[in-house]
This record gives sequence, C-alpha cells and structure tokens, in this order.
Amino acid sequence: MHVTVDQDRCCSSGQCVLTAPTVFDQSDEDGLVVLLQDRPAPELAAKLRTAAALCPGGAITLAEVAR
Amino acid sequence: MTTAEQLGLPAPRPAGCPFDPPPNHRRASARFSLWDGNPCWLLTDYQQIRTVLMDRRFSADAHHPTFPFTNPVAREVIATRKQSFLRMDDPEHSRLRRMMTTDFLIKKVDALRPRIQRIVDQTLDEMIATGSPADLVARFALPVPSLVICELLGVPYADHEFFQEQGRLLLDTSQPLGVPQQAMDALTGYLAEVAAAKQGDPDGVIAKLAARGDLTPEEVAANGVLLLLAGHETTANMTSLSTVALLRHPAQAERLRQDPGLILGAVEELLRYLTIVHTGVPRVALERVDLGGGVVVEEGDGVLCAISTANRDPELFGDAEQLDVERDARRHLAFGFGVHQCLGQPLARAELQIALGTLLRRLPTLRLAVPFEELRFRTEALIYGLHELPVAW
Repeated sequence: MHVTVDQDRCCSSGQCVLTAPTVFDQSDEDGLVVLLQDRPAPELAAKLRTAAALCPGGAITLAEVAR
Repeated sequence: MTTAEQLGLPAPRPAGCPFDPPPNHRRASARFSLWDGNPCWLLTDYQQIRTVLMDRRFSADAHHPTFPFTNPVAREVIATRKQSFLRMDDPEHSRLRRMMTTDFLIKKVDALRPRIQRIVDQTLDEMIATGSPADLVARFALPVPSLVICELLGVPYADHEFFQEQGRLLLDTSQPLGVPQQAMDALTGYLAEVAAAKQGDPDGVIAKLAARGDLTPEEVAANGVLLLLAGHETTANMTSLSTVALLRHPAQAERLRQDPGLILGAVEELLRYLTIVHTGVPRVALERVDLGGGVVVEEGDGVLCAISTANRDPELFGDAEQLDVERDARRHLAFGFGVHQCLGQPLARAELQIALGTLLRRLPTLRLAVPFEELRFRTEALIYGLHELPVAW
C-alpha cells in the first residue's frame, strides 16, 4: 500500500494518528499531518483504509502497489 | 419541489425514548420550509451528509442571505455579529482554525491526561464528600470540562457560574428574543476582558491568540467564546447523558467495569448513539448539486445535516438502534465531518474516557435517585443533554 497525504486538506482531527500511529503523526509547528512512512507493511492495510475513511478532510490517499 | 411543510427545530424526542433521534428526523432526505420561509433540505442519509460536509460547494458562512437558521434565536445570535471560525469558509476559516490546531494535537492532549485524571478524581472526591444523592450535572459533568478548558484557555475558573449560565442562556431556544443576544454580548465582553488582562502573561490559548498581533480584539473574543462554550457545554452534556444511558443499560456498564480498556470504543459508541448536536449541521448550497437518491439541492437552498439520524444508519452500524459498547462506531458523525469537524475532539475523547471510566470504577453502586421518567432532558437546547441528573450511590 502506497500512502500519500495532502496537507492542504488536513483538518488536524488526529483520526489518522489514533488509527495508525506508526504511519501518521501531527506536526508540532502547525498541527498538520506528517507521514512517517509511505509504504507501510501489508499488515497495516486495514488500519490505513480505516484512517483514510475517517479522515474528515479526505487528505489521505491509498494506492495498491505490486510488491 | 417546495413543500409547505414546516420543519420545527429543535424537535421533541419520541415518548419514553429520550436517546432516540426526533421522529421528524427519521425519514428520507426531504425539502422543507424553515420557520422564516427559507427552503431547506433535511438530509438524513449518512453518505449524502458526508458528501455535503466535505464539499466546498456547501458553505458554512452564516452571513449568506439564505443560510439556514433553525429558529429565530439562532439567527439573532449568529447572523448579527463577528463570527468565530465555526461559521466561515476557507480560506478565512482555515487561517483562524490553524492558529489553534496545535493546542489540540493528540500528543498535547495525551500529555494532559494525568492532569484531567486529577481534576476528575478531585471533583468526584468533592461530590462524594457532599453525600448521596447529588446532582451529577452540577457536581461532576459540568465542573470537569469547565476546569479543563479554563486551564487550557487561561480563563479564571472562579468565573464559572457566570460563563456557564450565559452559555446556557445562549443555547436555549425557549428564551425570548433578546436574551441569547445579551448572553452573547456578555460572553464576548468577558472574553475581551480576559484577553486584555493577558498582556505579558503567556499562559493559555487566549493569551497566545491575543499576542499574535494579526487578530483584532473582536476576533480573539469571538473565537474565545467558541472555545470556552464548545469546550465545556458539549462534554458536560455528553458526560451526563452517557451516564444515564449506561445506567439504563446495566449490562453494558458492567462490561466496562470488567474490562476498562473497552472505554475507548465505548466513548465512540456513546457519541454515535447520543449525538448531542441534535438540530442538524447547517450549510447553504453555493450552486446546484445533485446528491443522488433524488436529492437535487438548488443554489441558495439551506441544508441541515441530521447527524443523529445518520448515526443510526443500519447499513453502517448494523443493529444501530441498540447501544453496544463493543461495537466499532468510529465512523460516526457526532463531531461533524469535513474541514469543520470538531477541533477539540481529542480533548473531548480524553475527558469522556477518563470521566466515565473513573465514575464507573469508583461508584459501582451508582444509580438514578429519581425515576427515569422524571429526568428533564434539554430538548429545547441547541446542545442536547440533561438539566440535572440526580444520582445516588
């Protein structure tokens, strides 16, 4: 799974951090989403889908990648 | 397309079922007339609501000429004054909101948890010391979030009787016209005084906003009022309403006592099941939008997103009419959705988890001190909840 985030759409709800804390963080400076890794392990796929669905700004995009 | 049917809001709850959405919200999305004659859609479908709240063709700007106000009081209070970021669109909304986002980061709130736990314990100690029975609203549900938000904002808690009472009047749609306006004026004036007194004092969100230099004193006060009210009214009502819901579902409360780790998911479920923002989330369409399912919103139409009904969507939540603290309820819309989704949600979650978890643990014999039928629910308030909650232990 390849993850991208769009900071312009981020509302700092923190849903992604609660759902997948090894993948997402929040910047101390502006509160916007910070991506910790863009190709997380396959076992995180379900959490990533939940994080994307819960994101109120639609800031998280997931793409399946051939491994 | 226009119907003559008027949409009354806030709406009464079904007889004997104070946790269930108002009957006039339990229907397919439909177009109504509001009290002032303006056309307005009541949307009840989960996906339609998500779409609207994420779509910038729907405006949250309360100064739009056909912005839907659910009653005369709401129009009086909101339309006639300087706005907080709650009723603005981007980029201005985002400019203001992002000045406050770092105060509600997950890690910031996590760092506050020990302090919240101490406030919860001390407040509960005091309630227990005054003896059973007690009013849980006045003794616990209201003081806890008020103490927390006062510390965070830098507002003196000593003034709590003033701002709690003015907040109550502001949100009470049964008050005569003029009263909510006076309450708003009083709160705005108060926050302006608090901000002015912060010269050189760096503590708290109000001081930080006042020190920026790119906000007018009016903007600091308007946004301070929003943070103060949203910071205590909502969590207070969720705490008392959740307590009643758990007392009415003793097996669920027992599960939480047996397995305290369930409280995280239980709070999401309680947010879903109770949805205290019960008059709908308002928007106005900036252009014609086809939302599917036969719902075509015309330019200038108001839209009220009935999140309490959407949170009972059986396709998404299964047996949605039941309270089930072990359900995965995270997709609820109780905090709204889109760019305006609740800024303080990490704080609200932490407070509810700690307050409800501690209450269950420390008062295993907690029970209602009056018959359930005698409880007075805040049907007429913009934030649903209870006027008082007599409990014994």
